[in-house]
Amino acid sequence: MSPQEILERLTAKFPDSAFGIEAKLDAPVDPFIKVSPQHIIEIAQFLRDDDELQFDFLSSLSGIDLKGKLGVVYHLSSLPKKHKIVLRVEVPTEAPEVQSVESVWKTANWHEREAFDLFGIRFTGHSDLRRILLPYDWEGYPLRKDYQVPEFYNGMKVPY
Amino acid sequence: MSEIITTPPVSSTGRTLRTEEMILNMGPQHPATHGVLRLELVVDGEIVVDVIPHIGYLHRCFEKHCEHMTNYQQVIPYTDRMDYVASMTNEFGFVVAAERLLKIQVPERVDYIRVIMAEFQRIASHLIAIGTYGIDIGAFTPFLYCFRDREKILDLFEMTCGARLLYNYMWVGGLSHDVPPDFIPKAKEFCTYFKPNIKELNDLLTYNEIFVKRTANVGVLPADVAINYGCSGPMLRGSGVDWDLRRDDPYSVYHKFDWDVCVGKGEMGTVGDCWDRHIVRAREMEQSVRIIEQALEQIPEGDVHAAIPKRIRPNPGEVYARIESPRGELGYYIVSDGSATPYRIKARSPAFSNLSVINEISKGAMIADMVAIAGSIDIVLGEVDR
Amino acid sequence: MEQFLISLLGDNIWVHIIMGALPLVFILPYALVTIYLEMKIAAHMQDRLAYMRTGWHGTLQPFADILKLLQKEDTIPTAADKILFILAPYIVFTGTYAAFAVLPFSKAYVGSDLNIGLFYIVAISSLVVVGLLMAGWASNNKWSLFGALRSAAQIVSYEIPSAFAILAVIMITGTMSLNGISDFQSSGIQNWLIFGGPFPMGKKLLLFPFMLIMFVIYYISSMAEVNRTPFDIPEAESELVQGYNTEFSGMKFAMFYLAEYANLFVVSAIVTVLFFGGWASPFGTFMSGPGWDAFWFITKGMFFVCVNIWLRWTLPRLRVDQLMYVSWKVLTPFALFCVLAIGLIVVW
Repeated sequence: MSPQEILERLTAKFPDSAFGIEAKLDAPVDPFIKVSPQHIIEIAQFLRDDDELQFDFLSSLSGIDLKGKLGVVYHLSSLPKKHKIVLRVEVPTEAPEVQSVESVWKTANWHEREAFDLFGIRFTGHSDLRRILLPYDWEGYPLRKDYQVPEFYNGMKVPY
Repeated sequence: MSEIITTPPVSSTGRTLRTEEMILNMGPQHPATHGVLRLELVVDGEIVVDVIPHIGYLHRCFEKHCEHMTNYQQVIPYTDRMDYVASMTNEFGFVVAAERLLKIQVPERVDYIRVIMAEFQRIASHLIAIGTYGIDIGAFTPFLYCFRDREKILDLFEMTCGARLLYNYMWVGGLSHDVPPDFIPKAKEFCTYFKPNIKELNDLLTYNEIFVKRTANVGVLPADVAINYGCSGPMLRGSGVDWDLRRDDPYSVYHKFDWDVCVGKGEMGTVGDCWDRHIVRAREMEQSVRIIEQALEQIPEGDVHAAIPKRIRPNPGEVYARIESPRGELGYYIVSDGSATPYRIKARSPAFSNLSVINEISKGAMIADMVAIAGSIDIVLGEVDR
Repeated sequence: MEQFLISLLGDNIWVHIIMGALPLVFILPYALVTIYLEMKIAAHMQDRLAYMRTGWHGTLQPFADILKLLQKEDTIPTAADKILFILAPYIVFTGTYAAFAVLPFSKAYVGSDLNIGLFYIVAISSLVVVGLLMAGWASNNKWSLFGALRSAAQIVSYEIPSAFAILAVIMITGTMSLNGISDFQSSGIQNWLIFGGPFPMGKKLLLFPFMLIMFVIYYISSMAEVNRTPFDIPEAESELVQGYNTEFSGMKFAMFYLAEYANLFVVSAIVTVLFFGGWASPFGTFMSGPGWDAFWFITKGMFFVCVNIWLRWTLPRLRVDQLMYVSWKVLTPFALFCVLAIGLIVVW
């Protein structure tokens, strides 16, 4: 299925504007579909369980700093259907709360922890939202564009 | 020295231990964790009740570094250092992504050389995986047999780009050097030399009765769980899922070659056990040799520097490109804001997702099985932690 | 030999000290040679050369290793149980060394020709378990503790099939003295117990298959008793780091090391005595005599040591439960059956 067809199927299922489905199919290189962070779990569930779509494989879940907003990008692919699609949600930096899709794809467990660790995005409904790559007592979210490297960590000077 | 403990110990995930349970820290310095993985095991005698992986000991801020580069080419040496036993494929993934972002078509010779290098790298990486897996199970000798052959592949790499581990060989739009004239005969020589060695290795290790006993029916990963956890590469194929990005999401020139995707069939036990994952790697080496032999025959002439752009300034946009690395789906998500510096690079490393399934497949196993399971996942911590 | 020393020095304490220290004179060079052999055999099996730089083909390397171990700082973990920690390696070595007392190196030289020699060996080698348990417990390290527990379970289980094998030999020879057993099999290779012993042809043929099975059982159990691959789970490097000796360094570690190699020779020597004629020359009276006896004994012993090394570098390691399975469900029933069969044949 092409992204256009996937989008049509998705809008047919979720016509309500609350789901915030918005396509960027003309975006350079990779097309993506923007959805609302409050409804990502229903959309994810539908994408996985629909017979036509069968997006059973979450390739990657990445956080992104959109200057003023934080984004979460889901790269989905389907092993039986061999098609793929990109979803994106955007949340304000001040209150970065996104529904966790861990219950749909277990891959999201660690990927969401990573996004939490590096961007400070809070995934509601995540079973074990701890830091994953950085030390558990690290402060700040390094991949945010306004991140300042702390001078000291546990009394040790952080180089440069 | 003795203190009276009044409260029961609690594991990192908040599990209160029963009296007969004990927390056992496997790693970060442990011979079987292949680097600096730390597994917090809750054990009841020899039986593992819960596994809590702690990663990040080798986190080198790859993604943060990339955002501070002045050029896309500068990212390549950093990708080398992610999965340091399969550097060529890391570069391959990155250049494929960057070229897709820049809409560059590379000369065909470049594609062929990249495929040859990537497949050699796959063999080298699987040799390490199989060799160290042997050590995990207690057989030391296969490890050295594997390293002997891997050395020969590294010699070929050294001949091409001067480096044996971290190559910086594939550039956006081309390669740093063309292969030297005697590379192709030497590579052919290696293929003929190597094929009987796979059989020798299988006789020594794969079909050894004790090895089979230790790995068959251990750490069984059912196909649906594997997909749901985002496992890829030999992990996924070991569970019987016929999925290989080289065939199912083709990149470069893989569609020109004739080869098979190996999947686990549960020959010695259940589909998706450690033995299946091991045999998938062993058989993939044979397929890689097949691809290399065909590529060496068909390789066209051309200039490997022809398509290298003078300056790289992609238009604003984003791309996610994925390739089949020896460990699975290696994806790069690159976002460009139109400047010469990447706005955001995320590496989707296969070992990261593969490792996340460890708790699921090792409950109720013994400590010795734990080692067998962790080894069969074939993690490289450089890639897990990035 | 004791008589000779008494006649030379008179019946005083020195005679006994010399007699007691003689095996040590053997163990130290033996350990050096075996370390060297192990490295070289392993290397050549693995398509490499092993050490080549210290001396001709690296022959001085074992000395360098020992020197290094002697110089190393002898650390004791703060949280360790000091007394047990210090005592453990010596108990392990004592247990092993004590077994040398009854090994008949030659008809003329046995440290102490006990009439219950085999029983003594079975008993004294259990002392090693105590040492290992002490080492594992005293280290205050969970890996060590696992190693110690595993080794106790393993050695205790494997003593049963090996005791059955020993029992079978005792039934045939009618003596527990190792010298006596060797003597029983002297005068030619055809009289070795593995080939049925010095009996008439019919009885020999009947005994031969059972003795062969017994030999295999005993050899497997002896490998388990010395903690070597495929039964090295107490010190399984990739699982338990180093098992019970993780926390040991310097001379204490060297003691464990020495005890392991010494133990390796003890079990190989017992295999030799039980099934391969002990010090008896394979050619009957040809090439026999006190010196030749020692030569044959050590050669046969070293042969089995080398077989052990060969197996170690070929096979993977079993898991704990599989190890117990092999002992209790395979070796023990077979051994029991063979003991019964051998008993019937001997009586008949």
